[in-house]
Amino acid sequence: MSLTTSTKFAQPLPLNTTSSRSKEHKLLFDPFRTNSFLGSTHKLRFNSLSKSNQINLHRRSAIVAVSDVVKEKKAKSSTNLLITKEEGLELYEDMVLGRAFEDMCAQMYYRGKMFGFVHLYNGQEAVSTGFIKLLKQEDSVASTYRDHVHSLSKGVSARAVMSELFGKATGCCRGQGGSMHMFSKEHNVLGGFAFIGEGIPVATGAAFSSKYRREVLKEADCDHVTVAFFGDGTCNNGQFFECLNMAALWKLPIVFVVENNLWAIGMSHVRATSDPEIWKKGPAFGMPGVHVDGMDVLKVREVAKEAIGRARRGEGPTLVECETYRFRGHSLADPDELRDPAEKAHYAARDPITALKRYMIDNNLVTEQELKTIEKKIDEVVEDAVEFADESPHPPRSQLLENVFADPKGFGIGPDGRYRCEDPKFTQGTAHV
Amino acid sequence: MATIVGAATALSASKSFNSRKLHLRSRRSLSVSERKGSFLVVRSDGSVVHKAHRAQKLIANAVATKADSSAASTASKPGHELLLFEALREGLEEEMDRDPTVCVMGEDVGHYGGSYKVTKGLATKYGDLRVLDTPIAENSFTGMGIGAAMTGLRPIVEGMNMGFLLLAFNQISNNCGMLHYTSGGQFKIPIVIRGPGGVGRQLGAEHSQRLESYFQSIPGIQMVACSTPYNAKGLMKAAIRSENPVILFEHVLLYNLKERIPDEEYVCSLEEAEMVRPGEHVTILTYSRMRYHVMQAAKTLVNKGYDPEVIDIRSLKPFDLHTIGNSVKKTHRVLIVEECMRTGGIGASLTAAITENFNDYLDAPIICLSSQDVPTPYAGTLEEWTVVQPAQIVTAVEQLCQ
Repeated sequence: MSLTTSTKFAQPLPLNTTSSRSKEHKLLFDPFRTNSFLGSTHKLRFNSLSKSNQINLHRRSAIVAVSDVVKEKKAKSSTNLLITKEEGLELYEDMVLGRAFEDMCAQMYYRGKMFGFVHLYNGQEAVSTGFIKLLKQEDSVASTYRDHVHSLSKGVSARAVMSELFGKATGCCRGQGGSMHMFSKEHNVLGGFAFIGEGIPVATGAAFSSKYRREVLKEADCDHVTVAFFGDGTCNNGQFFECLNMAALWKLPIVFVVENNLWAIGMSHVRATSDPEIWKKGPAFGMPGVHVDGMDVLKVREVAKEAIGRARRGEGPTLVECETYRFRGHSLADPDELRDPAEKAHYAARDPITALKRYMIDNNLVTEQELKTIEKKIDEVVEDAVEFADESPHPPRSQLLENVFADPKGFGIGPDGRYRCEDPKFTQGTAHV
Repeated sequence: MATIVGAATALSASKSFNSRKLHLRSRRSLSVSERKGSFLVVRSDGSVVHKAHRAQKLIANAVATKADSSAASTASKPGHELLLFEALREGLEEEMDRDPTVCVMGEDVGHYGGSYKVTKGLATKYGDLRVLDTPIAENSFTGMGIGAAMTGLRPIVEGMNMGFLLLAFNQISNNCGMLHYTSGGQFKIPIVIRGPGGVGRQLGAEHSQRLESYFQSIPGIQMVACSTPYNAKGLMKAAIRSENPVILFEHVLLYNLKERIPDEEYVCSLEEAEMVRPGEHVTILTYSRMRYHVMQAAKTLVNKGYDPEVIDIRSLKPFDLHTIGNSVKKTHRVLIVEECMRTGGIGASLTAAITENFNDYLDAPIICLSSQDVPTPYAGTLEEWTVVQPAQIVTAVEQLCQ
């Protein structure tokens, strides 16, 4: 079917722009019909697993909840604003930071300040901001290789992230992780996982720890939640399914967030996935599955509130599919030749930052000037991050072997009978191992 | 899953004896200096069907020591007698009692008690969350253990069979091994990954794997292999207490070894080798089950007038080059006996390490006896030819000492 007419882009998922496929795509429900921030006040009717022992019942209601999301929102929307001014400014600032930071990364990459694979988050900011800004510092986040902005949203400083990208000793991982391996123990950023899917079990383990602390260690106030971010490509990987099963089985406090940007590098989601509606896989495992417009930070935030709340109350996991789009190629090394310009243009018109700006101004929450002030501030933050990274020292040779083992006795005993790590020059790697 | 619980029958030593201090001087408080071990006897063929055919070849009773044996009654001795799987369990239980963050996860570790009963009864005592029965999803539950370790727990992940951990290779390599480093030292992974491996009794190729050769080049991971109830317990406790990820290799044929171990608490060093039998003529380096083939060969060798020094290297990564080096400097001859694959195995790494460090002390080229590079065959005869047999060890020593 031909997908060149603009109306087709109202379909959220089955965009196939690369060939003249005769196969009829199944039409999905259309969350984009209301192309605005209208009506996110509707509380999702998540089914509480604890309230019903009847599996069939709760599965059915979980699905109902999903399909209700779009329709029922309209009615209530005009009366209530979805956010306060302060919240709006916080969301705006975080999204602008994410965007400006990534744009700067592209510049710095092309200037030879950073190397390797650098995957930028442009276009997907509503997802990171919508979820992470609702989290506490003690809550954990597991990301993917596209992890700069998740780290920033979680509170890691732009300086620490930029410096990491520059491979400097002041980076959040001392220059040892790089673009795809951002970590922060302080902010509970668990990584930074470069292989598809491998972060999901780790996130599940963090959620297991929360449950363990509450139920075994009797830390009654431990209500920490873990949010695992991953993409549409990951949803065909076994670890995704295995962890949905375990998380639902043990009612772990975790939210699985699919950032469905429709493309796994060059593989269109609909070419890779038998049933492209990922959210449907939640109910199959006994947890609610929710589809949300990932270009709309307020909608994402509403869904996130419910899902995080469920997890915090001990009611178990939720699968959230955020339909989003990346405005750049897969990585800075990707020529991005496969995606149809019309498709790109469609999503570019739905830029989540512009949309939030319009919503706030239309509702007289903020003035243009206030937003300009934020943009200016963020420009300065990002400039400062670059300066800081540029001036920071490269890691010294003595750092080379410092973090291979938490207990350096793991390097063993040398011929002289002493632990190798006792040699003061040892961490340079010049002592014979 | 193949269950061969009980396939290996252990006979307690008919003669027990006090060995001389077989252990090296203690370098660290963790090491053992005062142990007076009674040697154990393993008879690795418990099958009635095969007994007549194979008993002679496969009895691996490790009684060839220089120490005089005395027929002291075991009853009057201090300590308590345990099978190896019970010793592992005892170590695990002690650590779970000591530290509430220690937990176990794996297939059938809870209600079933573990496929080799290492976690028997622990779920009843500690509850289903601390002894967590997982779905059959190795990569994911191993990753979950890593996530739990990053966030404050000390999980012990059991591979029902060591070979199954191939399915968790990504988590073991990328996250267990590298995450502490890539996070700039921020996150620790105090996890223990353990399980039964090695060539058992006709388990077929997939259940007979020795994964140590695959795991050894992963940075950031320590590997130890237990071989006696005493060191099984001590290494289990040490592995749990370590801040590093540790892989503990157990052998399917050794679970029913019996030994008297101390009543008082002890912990072994993860980095130290164990002197099994001091000697003068040749250094034999081995680990895990091959220790018993070596000791059987040693008996023959002693009768032939040789005085071999036998070291159980125990720490497969890193090597205890002090103990190994001292022995090489004394005997000037090295024989390595392993069950690992010949290509890229532990023996190959050990050969390289010795050559690099102690080449000047060698009077003869190192001989390395490994398993054949073959998928472990099912047929008993073929399987037997796959792994090193005592007669080959005797021949190799004779050749080395010419």
